[in-house]
Amino acid sequence: MRAPLSTAIAIAAGIVVLLGYFLPVPELKMIRSMLIDWAVIVAGIAGLIAIIHLVKVHIKKLSSEQNRDYYSLITLIAFFFTLAAGLLLSPSDQRFQQVVTSIQVPVEASLMGVLAISLTYASIRLFQRRKGWMPIIFAVSAVVFLILASGFLSIADQVPLVKTLMSALNMLPVAGARGILLGIALGSLTTGLRILLAADRPYSG
Amino acid sequence: MMYGILALIIIFACAGLIVMFGLIPGLRNTTYLRSIPAFERLRRALGESVEKGTRLHVSLGKSSLIQSTNTSALVGLTALEHVSLYSGTSDRPPIVSSGDGGLALLSQDAQRAAYRISDALESYNPDRAMMTGPTPFSYIAGALPLTDIENISAHILLGNFGPEVVLLTESGEMLSAYTFAGSDSLPAQAALYASAQEPLLGEELYAVPAYLECGRLHIASLMVQDILRWTVIVTLAAGAVLKLAGIL
Repeated sequence: MRAPLSTAIAIAAGIVVLLGYFLPVPELKMIRSMLIDWAVIVAGIAGLIAIIHLVKVHIKKLSSEQNRDYYSLITLIAFFFTLAAGLLLSPSDQRFQQVVTSIQVPVEASLMGVLAISLTYASIRLFQRRKGWMPIIFAVSAVVFLILASGFLSIADQVPLVKTLMSALNMLPVAGARGILLGIALGSLTTGLRILLAADRPYSG
Repeated sequence: MMYGILALIIIFACAGLIVMFGLIPGLRNTTYLRSIPAFERLRRALGESVEKGTRLHVSLGKSSLIQSTNTSALVGLTALEHVSLYSGTSDRPPIVSSGDGGLALLSQDAQRAAYRISDALESYNPDRAMMTGPTPFSYIAGALPLTDIENISAHILLGNFGPEVVLLTESGEMLSAYTFAGSDSLPAQAALYASAQEPLLGEELYAVPAYLECGRLHIASLMVQDILRWTVIVTLAAGAVLKLAGIL
């Protein structure tokens, strides 16, 4: 068996957290919250390790003989500058937050702009990639629900028939989304059970 | 209290059913599964990558392990181990990106497990799996250069993404790479439907390990998922009929 100790710990912790969530036994609840607290700490440390690893990878890229990546230098300068400023001023400092957000927000806003163009381009190319009715239904429904959500037709709300029709149309995406989410919830349940049954062991390296 | 016990009964009954179905002889045979063309093409893309000596890129999303959305990433990790087993010992093994520290460590572990099973642990390199950024945009922005530099022929995106994943699929598209993508997030699914070559919708994401022939319990869990789906459908329909009849 692969990684028997890790598997036993994962199964035991999973079952205790599951029981603590559903059964009103104070001891179980206490152990559950303690295990979740530990998980939060482990996740925080994992984040720290992953950041150190990312820095190491960029240093390697920069010092590589072949395919030297000079963008890594920008990443490293930005990282060490932010780290030093955060350590000197503390992350809650107003000046520190202002500097970080003044850089991060415009960069992310410009990426949002690129994203909007990319999505439009992908939607146009959808007709080339997929044949049949689905792209047409996708495009028509996107346009119809964009118009409905814009509030452009709210003036027609006084006509009872139009109002009923619009509320029926507005229910369609809600029903569709609920259907998809139900499927995802069932998939999540069986995936969780596979971890509890040790069929999936992503920690067994 | 009663609802809690009922929920536990359902959960343990499902676990029992998965184990029971897993004992069916010959369940590993994929004839139990309906044909989904996306999975056929994924298998072909895996084979082509090994033959042509190109690289695969697996991206696991940005969900933290302590969030409820992490099950999609767990599916991605199982798929990653299988993909690494399949192509890990090739000249150009897969690279992995993620947007969370815990996921990055688990992806290194999944790759390491694949190398250990293949008896090639000395070839394992942890630098092939990394967190490319801790925020949604920095994660995608960090993963974008990989598509350029690493001669990638296929992107396998399985996890929790936002609509910004389009930047990654479009980048792959520009370099004529194959994109196979599934997410538990509704905005990402809509964006991937328009941009990915093979998008997975709804619960299809959770079928990935079964279709990659990871093990009999994966196919068994898919059968249980089908039973649960029909139970929910029948319950909803019965509830609607009873409501219409004025009984509920």
